[in-house]
Amino acid sequence: MTILLAVLLGTAFGFALEQAKASNPNKIINMLRLKDFHLMKVILFAIGFSSLLLFLLSSMNWIDIGHFSIKISYSGVIIGGAILGIGFAVGGYCPGTSIVAAGAGRKDALIFILGGLLGAVAYMLVFGIIKDSFLFNKMGGAISLVETNPLKYEALINNVSALFVAGIIAIVFMLIAFFLPSGNEN
Amino acid sequence: MLKNGIQIIMPLRIFLYFCAFQNNKTSEMNKDLSWLKGGLLLGIVFLTAIWMVKPIGVSTQFVIVDGIVWKIFSKELIQHNQNAEPEYSSTNAYLNKNNGKYASGIANPVNYGFIFVLSMILGGFLSSRFSKKKIQQKDKISPKVWRDKFGENHNKRLVYTFVAGFLVLFGARLAGGCTSGHMMSGMMQTSVSGYLFATGVFATAIPIAIIFFKPKK
Repeated sequence: MTILLAVLLGTAFGFALEQAKASNPNKIINMLRLKDFHLMKVILFAIGFSSLLLFLLSSMNWIDIGHFSIKISYSGVIIGGAILGIGFAVGGYCPGTSIVAAGAGRKDALIFILGGLLGAVAYMLVFGIIKDSFLFNKMGGAISLVETNPLKYEALINNVSALFVAGIIAIVFMLIAFFLPSGNEN
Repeated sequence: MLKNGIQIIMPLRIFLYFCAFQNNKTSEMNKDLSWLKGGLLLGIVFLTAIWMVKPIGVSTQFVIVDGIVWKIFSKELIQHNQNAEPEYSSTNAYLNKNNGKYASGIANPVNYGFIFVLSMILGGFLSSRFSKKKIQQKDKISPKVWRDKFGENHNKRLVYTFVAGFLVLFGARLAGGCTSGHMMSGMMQTSVSGYLFATGVFATAIPIAIIFFKPKK
Protein backbone atom coordinates (compact mmCIF):
# COMPACT_ATOMS: atom_id res chain seq x y z
CA MET A 1 0.00 0.00 0.00
CA THR A 2 2.74 2.47 0.94
CA ILE A 3 4.60 1.46 -2.21
CA LEU A 4 1.53 2.18 -4.33
CA LEU A 5 1.21 5.57 -2.62
CA ALA A 6 4.90 6.22 -3.29
CA VAL A 7 4.39 5.53 -7.00
CA LEU A 8 1.27 7.69 -7.24
CA LEU A 9 2.57 10.62 -5.20
CA GLY A 10 6.05 10.50 -6.73
CA THR A 11 4.61 10.49 -10.24
CA ALA A 12 2.25 13.34 -9.34
CA PHE A 13 5.11 15.34 -7.83
CA GLY A 14 7.31 14.83 -10.89
CA PHE A 15 4.41 15.72 -13.17
CA ALA A 16 3.61 18.88 -11.18
CA LEU A 17 7.24 20.04 -11.13
CA GLU A 18 7.56 19.58 -14.90
CA GLN A 19 4.22 21.29 -15.58
CA ALA A 20 5.26 24.21 -13.37
CA LYS A 21 8.47 24.50 -15.45
CA ALA A 22 10.55 23.99 -12.28
CA SER A 23 12.62 21.36 -14.12
CA ASN A 24 13.61 23.90 -16.77
CA PRO A 25 17.07 25.26 -15.80
CA ASN A 26 16.47 28.34 -17.93
CA LYS A 27 13.53 29.28 -15.70
CA ILE A 28 15.50 28.60 -12.49
CA ILE A 29 18.54 30.61 -13.56
CA ASN A 30 16.45 33.53 -14.82
CA MET A 31 14.51 33.53 -11.55
CA LEU A 32 17.80 33.73 -9.62
CA ARG A 33 18.96 36.52 -11.97
CA LEU A 34 15.71 38.31 -10.99
CA LYS A 35 14.67 38.41 -14.64
CA ASP A 36 11.67 36.06 -14.62
CA PHE A 37 9.55 35.58 -11.50
CA HIS A 38 7.37 32.80 -12.87
CA LEU A 39 8.89 30.12 -10.61
CA MET A 40 9.06 32.45 -7.62
CA LYS A 41 5.29 32.92 -7.98
CA VAL A 42 4.77 29.15 -8.30
CA ILE A 43 6.88 28.36 -5.22
CA LEU A 44 5.42 31.08 -3.01
CA PHE A 45 1.88 30.20 -3.98
CA ALA A 46 2.46 26.47 -3.49
CA ILE A 47 3.94 27.02 -0.01
CA GLY A 48 1.19 29.43 1.04
CA PHE A 49 -1.66 27.37 -0.36
CA SER A 50 -0.48 24.04 1.04
CA SER A 51 0.40 25.62 4.40
CA LEU A 52 -3.03 27.23 4.79
CA LEU A 53 -4.82 23.95 4.05
CA LEU A 54 -2.39 21.99 6.20
CA PHE A 55 -3.07 24.10 9.30
CA LEU A 56 -6.78 24.32 8.54
CA LEU A 57 -7.15 20.53 8.16
CA SER A 58 -4.93 19.71 11.13
CA SER A 59 -6.85 22.15 13.35
CA MET A 60 -9.96 20.13 12.45
CA ASN A 61 -8.01 16.93 13.20
CA TRP A 62 -8.34 15.79 9.58
CA ILE A 63 -4.58 15.62 9.27
CA ASP A 64 -2.67 13.65 11.89
CA ILE A 65 -0.22 15.98 13.67
CA GLY A 66 2.10 12.97 13.91
CA HIS A 67 2.74 13.52 10.19
CA PHE A 68 4.42 16.86 10.85
CA SER A 69 8.17 16.56 10.63
CA ILE A 70 10.15 19.62 11.71
CA LYS A 71 13.85 19.44 10.88
CA ILE A 72 16.54 20.55 13.31
CA SER A 73 17.96 24.07 12.93
CA TYR A 74 21.78 24.19 13.15
CA SER A 75 24.48 26.32 11.56
CA GLY A 76 25.08 23.74 8.80
CA VAL A 77 21.56 24.38 7.50
CA ILE A 78 22.58 27.91 6.44
CA ILE A 79 26.10 26.95 5.32
CA GLY A 80 24.88 23.86 3.47
CA GLY A 81 22.19 26.00 1.87
CA ALA A 82 24.82 28.49 0.75
CA ILE A 83 26.95 25.71 -0.81
CA LEU A 84 23.84 24.34 -2.51
CA GLY A 85 23.04 27.85 -3.76
CA ILE A 86 26.29 28.00 -5.76
CA GLY A 87 25.47 24.82 -7.67
CA PHE A 88 21.81 25.81 -7.96
CA ALA A 89 22.79 29.07 -9.68
CA VAL A 90 25.35 27.55 -12.08
CA GLY A 91 23.48 24.34 -12.91
CA GLY A 92 19.88 25.53 -12.67
CA TYR A 93 18.78 22.34 -10.94
CA CYS A 94 18.08 21.21 -7.41
CA PRO A 95 18.00 17.51 -6.45
CA GLY A 96 14.28 17.03 -7.10
CA THR A 97 14.06 18.97 -10.34
CA SER A 98 17.15 17.26 -11.79
CA ILE A 99 15.44 13.88 -11.43
CA VAL A 100 12.26 15.17 -13.08
CA ALA A 101 14.25 16.88 -15.86
CA ALA A 102 16.13 13.65 -16.56
CA GLY A 103 12.74 11.94 -16.97
CA ALA A 104 11.72 14.70 -19.38
CA GLY A 105 14.80 13.92 -21.48
CA ARG A 106 17.27 16.63 -20.44
CA LYS A 107 20.82 15.31 -20.74
CA ASP A 108 22.50 17.95 -18.59
CA ALA A 109 20.22 16.79 -15.75
CA LEU A 110 21.71 13.29 -15.99
CA ILE A 111 25.21 14.73 -15.62
CA PHE A 112 23.98 16.83 -12.70
CA ILE A 113 22.66 13.68 -11.01
CA LEU A 114 26.01 11.93 -11.48
CA GLY A 115 27.78 14.93 -9.93
CA GLY A 116 25.21 14.84 -7.13
CA LEU A 117 25.83 11.17 -6.41
CA LEU A 118 29.55 11.93 -6.12
CA GLY A 119 28.84 14.96 -3.89
CA ALA A 120 26.75 12.79 -1.58
CA VAL A 121 29.58 10.21 -1.39
CA ALA A 122 32.03 12.98 -0.57
CA TYR A 123 29.74 14.07 2.25
CA MET A 124 29.44 10.51 3.56
CA LEU A 125 33.24 10.32 3.69
CA VAL A 126 33.83 13.65 5.46
CA PHE A 127 30.89 13.40 7.88
CA GLY A 128 32.92 11.41 10.41
CA ILE A 129 35.52 14.20 10.48
CA ILE A 130 33.17 17.21 10.68
CA LYS A 131 30.40 15.77 12.85
CA ASP A 132 31.67 17.39 16.06
CA SER A 133 32.55 20.74 14.48
CA PHE A 134 30.78 24.12 14.66
CA LEU A 135 28.79 23.09 11.57
CA PHE A 136 26.43 21.20 13.84
CA ASN A 137 25.99 23.89 16.48
CA LYS A 138 22.30 23.86 17.31
CA MET A 139 20.23 26.96 16.56
CA GLY A 140 17.10 26.21 18.53
CA GLY A 141 16.84 22.54 17.55
CA ALA A 142 13.67 21.18 15.97
CA ILE A 143 11.67 24.36 16.22
CA SER A 144 8.78 25.87 14.25
CA LEU A 145 7.19 29.31 14.21
CA VAL A 146 3.79 28.07 15.38
CA GLU A 147 2.76 25.02 17.36
CA THR A 148 2.55 21.96 15.12
CA ASN A 149 3.03 18.84 17.21
CA PRO A 150 3.36 19.89 20.87
CA LEU A 151 4.55 16.44 21.93
CA LYS A 152 7.54 16.49 19.60
CA TYR A 153 8.44 20.08 18.68
CA GLU A 154 8.86 23.47 20.29
CA ALA A 155 7.24 26.59 18.87
CA LEU A 156 8.47 30.20 18.84
CA ILE A 157 4.97 31.66 19.03
CA ASN A 158 2.97 29.89 21.72
CA ASN A 159 0.05 31.86 22.98
CA VAL A 160 -1.70 32.55 19.70
CA SER A 161 -3.68 30.08 17.61
CA ALA A 162 -1.38 28.21 15.23
CA LEU A 163 -3.96 28.38 12.45
CA PHE A 164 -4.21 32.16 12.84
CA VAL A 165 -0.47 32.87 12.61
CA ALA A 166 0.29 30.21 9.99
CA GLY A 167 -2.77 31.41 8.06
CA ILE A 168 -1.50 35.00 7.99
CA ILE A 169 1.93 33.85 6.84
CA ALA A 170 0.32 31.66 4.17
CA ILE A 171 -1.88 34.48 2.89
CA VAL A 172 1.11 36.86 2.75
CA PHE A 173 2.98 34.26 0.65
CA MET A 174 0.05 33.92 -1.74
CA LEU A 175 -0.40 37.69 -2.00
CA ILE A 176 3.28 38.16 -2.89
CA ALA A 177 2.80 35.45 -5.53
CA PHE A 178 -0.15 37.35 -7.01
CA PHE A 179 1.58 40.70 -7.09
CA LEU A 180 5.03 39.71 -8.35
CA PRO A 181 5.31 40.52 -12.06
CA SER A 182 4.48 37.66 -14.41
CA GLY A 183 7.15 35.79 -16.29
CA ASN A 184 8.00 36.42 -19.92
CA GLU A 185 8.19 33.47 -22.30
CA ASN A 186 11.86 32.51 -22.27
CA MET B 1 -11.12 53.99 2.23
CA LEU B 2 -8.01 52.30 0.90
CA LYS B 3 -8.61 49.33 3.18
CA ASN B 4 -12.18 48.94 1.90
CA GLY B 5 -10.93 49.14 -1.65
CA ILE B 6 -8.48 46.30 -1.11
CA GLN B 7 -11.13 44.24 0.65
CA ILE B 8 -13.39 44.51 -2.37
CA ILE B 9 -10.76 44.24 -5.08
CA MET B 10 -8.79 41.26 -3.77
CA PRO B 11 -11.58 38.63 -3.72
CA LEU B 12 -12.72 39.98 -7.07
CA ARG B 13 -9.27 39.59 -8.49
CA ILE B 14 -8.91 36.04 -7.14
CA PHE B 15 -12.35 35.23 -8.54
CA LEU B 16 -11.39 36.58 -11.96
CA TYR B 17 -8.18 34.57 -11.92
CA PHE B 18 -10.13 31.39 -11.25
CA CYS B 19 -12.64 32.19 -14.00
CA ALA B 20 -9.87 32.73 -16.50
CA PHE B 21 -8.15 29.60 -15.25
CA GLN B 22 -11.17 27.51 -16.10
CA ASN B 23 -11.84 29.12 -19.45
CA ASN B 24 -9.33 27.64 -21.83
CA LYS B 25 -10.38 29.82 -24.74
CA THR B 26 -8.76 32.94 -23.33
CA SER B 27 -5.25 31.86 -24.17
CA GLU B 28 -3.81 35.30 -23.47
CA MET B 29 -5.04 35.16 -19.87
CA ASN B 30 -4.00 31.54 -19.59
CA LYS B 31 -0.40 32.31 -20.38
CA ASP B 32 -0.50 34.77 -17.56
CA LEU B 33 -1.91 32.17 -15.20
CA SER B 34 0.37 29.23 -15.83
CA TRP B 35 2.11 30.04 -12.54
CA LEU B 36 -1.18 29.66 -10.65
CA LYS B 37 -1.85 26.30 -12.26
CA GLY B 38 1.67 25.14 -11.36
CA GLY B 39 1.39 26.50 -7.82
CA LEU B 40 -1.98 24.85 -7.19
CA LEU B 41 -0.79 21.54 -8.58
CA LEU B 42 2.41 21.56 -6.52
CA GLY B 43 0.61 22.76 -3.40
CA ILE B 44 -1.94 19.95 -3.65
CA VAL B 45 0.82 17.35 -4.05
CA PHE B 46 2.77 18.66 -1.03
CA LEU B 47 -0.40 18.68 1.05
CA THR B 48 -1.54 15.21 -0.06
CA ALA B 49 1.89 13.76 0.70
CA ILE B 50 1.95 15.05 4.29
CA TRP B 51 -1.70 14.13 4.79
CA MET B 52 -1.34 10.53 3.62
CA VAL B 53 2.29 9.71 4.47
CA LYS B 54 4.87 12.34 5.42
CA PRO B 55 6.46 15.54 4.08
CA ILE B 56 8.18 15.25 0.69
CA GLY B 57 11.98 15.02 0.61
CA VAL B 58 14.38 14.06 -2.17
CA SER B 59 18.08 14.46 -1.46
CA THR B 60 18.33 11.61 1.08
CA GLN B 61 17.75 9.15 -1.76
CA PHE B 62 21.04 10.17 -3.42
CA VAL B 63 22.72 8.74 -0.32
CA ILE B 64 20.66 5.56 -0.64
CA VAL B 65 21.70 5.08 -4.30
CA ASP B 66 25.35 5.65 -3.34
CA GLY B 67 25.03 3.15 -0.51
CA ILE B 68 23.49 0.51 -2.79
CA VAL B 69 26.43 0.88 -5.23
CA TRP B 70 28.99 1.01 -2.40
CA LYS B 71 27.53 -2.16 -0.86
CA ILE B 72 28.29 -4.09 -4.07
CA PHE B 73 32.00 -3.44 -3.55
CA SER B 74 32.11 -3.66 0.21
CA LYS B 75 30.12 -6.41 1.89
CA GLU B 76 30.93 -5.04 5.36
CA LEU B 77 29.33 -1.62 4.72
CA ILE B 78 25.92 -2.57 6.14
CA GLN B 79 25.43 -5.01 9.02
CA HIS B 80 22.13 -6.67 9.78
CA ASN B 81 21.87 -7.21 13.53
CA GLN B 82 19.29 -9.93 14.05
CA ASN B 83 17.00 -9.28 17.03
CA ALA B 84 19.00 -6.26 18.11
CA GLU B 85 18.55 -2.50 18.24
CA PRO B 86 19.27 -0.85 15.91
CA GLU B 87 18.50 -3.51 13.37
CA TYR B 88 20.87 -2.08 10.77
CA SER B 89 24.23 -0.43 11.31
CA SER B 90 27.10 0.68 9.12
CA THR B 91 30.86 1.10 9.24
CA ASN B 92 30.30 4.55 7.70
CA ALA B 93 29.53 7.17 10.37
CA TYR B 94 26.98 8.96 8.20
CA LEU B 95 25.01 5.84 7.25
CA ASN B 96 25.09 4.77 10.89
CA LYS B 97 23.51 8.06 12.02
CA ASN B 98 19.98 8.15 13.57
CA ASN B 99 20.03 4.48 14.60
CA GLY B 100 21.12 3.32 11.17
CA LYS B 101 18.20 4.93 9.32
CA TYR B 102 20.16 5.22 6.07
CA ALA B 103 21.75 1.78 6.53
CA SER B 104 18.25 0.35 6.76
CA GLY B 105 17.17 2.23 3.61
CA ILE B 106 20.15 0.80 1.71
CA ALA B 107 19.47 -2.74 2.88
CA ASN B 108 15.75 -2.44 1.96
CA PRO B 109 15.51 0.01 -0.94
CA VAL B 110 11.91 -0.93 -1.77
CA ASN B 111 10.51 1.62 0.68
CA TYR B 112 8.34 4.72 0.41
CA GLY B 113 11.08 7.37 0.11
CA PHE B 114 13.10 5.59 -2.56
CA ILE B 115 10.16 4.52 -4.75
CA PHE B 116 8.72 8.03 -4.45
CA VAL B 117 11.88 9.57 -5.92
CA LEU B 118 12.16 6.93 -8.66
CA SER B 119 8.55 7.62 -9.62
CA MET B 120 9.38 11.30 -10.11
CA ILE B 121 11.29 10.26 -13.26
CA LEU B 122 8.05 8.79 -14.63
CA GLY B 123 6.16 11.95 -13.68
CA GLY B 124 8.65 14.13 -15.55
CA PHE B 125 8.48 11.84 -18.57
CA LEU B 126 4.66 11.82 -18.67
CA SER B 127 4.44 15.59 -18.29
CA SER B 128 6.89 16.18 -21.14
CA ARG B 129 4.83 13.80 -23.35
CA PHE B 130 1.58 15.61 -22.49
CA SER B 131 2.96 19.10 -23.06
CA LYS B 132 2.15 20.60 -26.44
CA LYS B 133 5.39 22.54 -26.44
CA LYS B 134 8.22 20.01 -26.74
CA ILE B 135 11.67 20.68 -25.27
CA GLN B 136 14.03 21.63 -28.09
CA GLN B 137 17.00 19.35 -28.70
CA LYS B 138 19.64 21.97 -27.89
CA ASP B 139 17.77 23.00 -24.73
CA LYS B 140 18.23 19.44 -23.52
CA ILE B 141 21.94 20.09 -22.92
CA SER B 142 22.37 23.83 -22.45
CA PRO B 143 19.55 26.18 -21.50
CA LYS B 144 19.19 29.37 -23.56
CA VAL B 145 20.60 31.58 -20.81
CA TRP B 146 23.76 29.41 -20.89
CA ARG B 147 24.10 29.49 -24.70
CA ASP B 148 23.64 33.27 -24.73
CA LYS B 149 26.66 33.62 -22.48
CA PHE B 150 28.93 30.69 -23.35
CA GLY B 151 27.83 29.73 -26.87
CA GLU B 152 27.07 26.25 -28.15
CA ASN B 153 30.02 24.56 -26.39
CA HIS B 154 28.06 21.82 -24.69
CA ASN B 155 31.10 20.15 -23.10
CA LYS B 156 31.68 23.20 -20.94
CA ARG B 157 28.04 23.04 -19.84
CA LEU B 158 28.34 19.38 -18.91
CA VAL B 159 31.52 19.90 -16.86
CA TYR B 160 29.98 22.82 -14.98
CA THR B 161 26.71 20.94 -14.42
CA PHE B 162 28.63 17.99 -12.98
CA VAL B 163 30.40 20.28 -10.49
CA ALA B 164 27.08 22.03 -9.76
CA GLY B 165 25.48 18.68 -8.95
CA PHE B 166 28.37 17.85 -6.64
CA LEU B 167 27.98 21.13 -4.71
CA VAL B 168 24.18 20.90 -4.55
CA LEU B 169 24.12 17.42 -3.03
CA PHE B 170 27.07 18.06 -0.72
CA GLY B 171 25.32 21.22 0.51
CA ALA B 172 21.96 19.49 0.79
CA ARG B 173 23.42 16.71 2.92
CA LEU B 174 25.19 19.20 5.18
CA ALA B 175 21.94 21.13 5.54
CA GLY B 176 19.95 17.93 6.10
CA GLY B 177 17.58 18.53 3.19
CA CYS B 178 17.10 20.29 -0.13
CA THR B 179 14.63 22.59 -1.82
CA SER B 180 11.82 20.03 -1.40
CA GLY B 181 12.46 18.91 2.15
CA HIS B 182 13.71 22.11 3.75
CA MET B 183 12.26 24.93 1.72
CA MET B 184 8.88 23.65 0.50
CA SER B 185 7.95 21.04 3.13
CA GLY B 186 9.72 22.98 5.88
CA MET B 187 8.21 26.39 5.24
CA MET B 188 4.71 24.99 4.78
CA GLN B 189 5.00 23.61 8.33
CA THR B 190 6.48 26.96 9.50
CA SER B 191 9.74 25.19 10.37
CA VAL B 192 12.50 27.64 11.31
CA SER B 193 15.00 25.41 9.50
CA GLY B 194 13.18 26.06 6.22
CA TYR B 195 13.63 29.81 6.60
CA LEU B 196 17.31 29.43 7.56
CA PHE B 197 17.89 27.16 4.58
CA ALA B 198 16.17 29.52 2.13
CA THR B 199 18.28 32.42 3.47
CA GLY B 200 21.49 30.46 2.87
CA VAL B 201 20.46 29.34 -0.62
CA PHE B 202 19.41 32.71 -1.98
CA ALA B 203 22.32 34.52 -0.31
CA THR B 204 24.70 32.78 -2.73
CA ALA B 205 22.43 31.73 -5.60
CA ILE B 206 21.13 35.19 -6.54
CA PRO B 207 24.48 37.07 -6.69
CA ILE B 208 26.23 34.13 -8.38
CA ALA B 209 23.50 33.73 -11.01
CA ILE B 210 23.58 37.47 -11.75
CA ILE B 211 27.39 37.61 -12.08
CA PHE B 212 27.94 34.24 -13.76
CA PHE B 213 25.31 34.82 -16.46
CA LYS B 214 25.93 38.54 -16.94
CA PRO B 215 25.65 39.13 -20.72
CA LYS B 216 28.87 40.01 -22.53
CA LYS B 217 29.14 43.63 -23.57
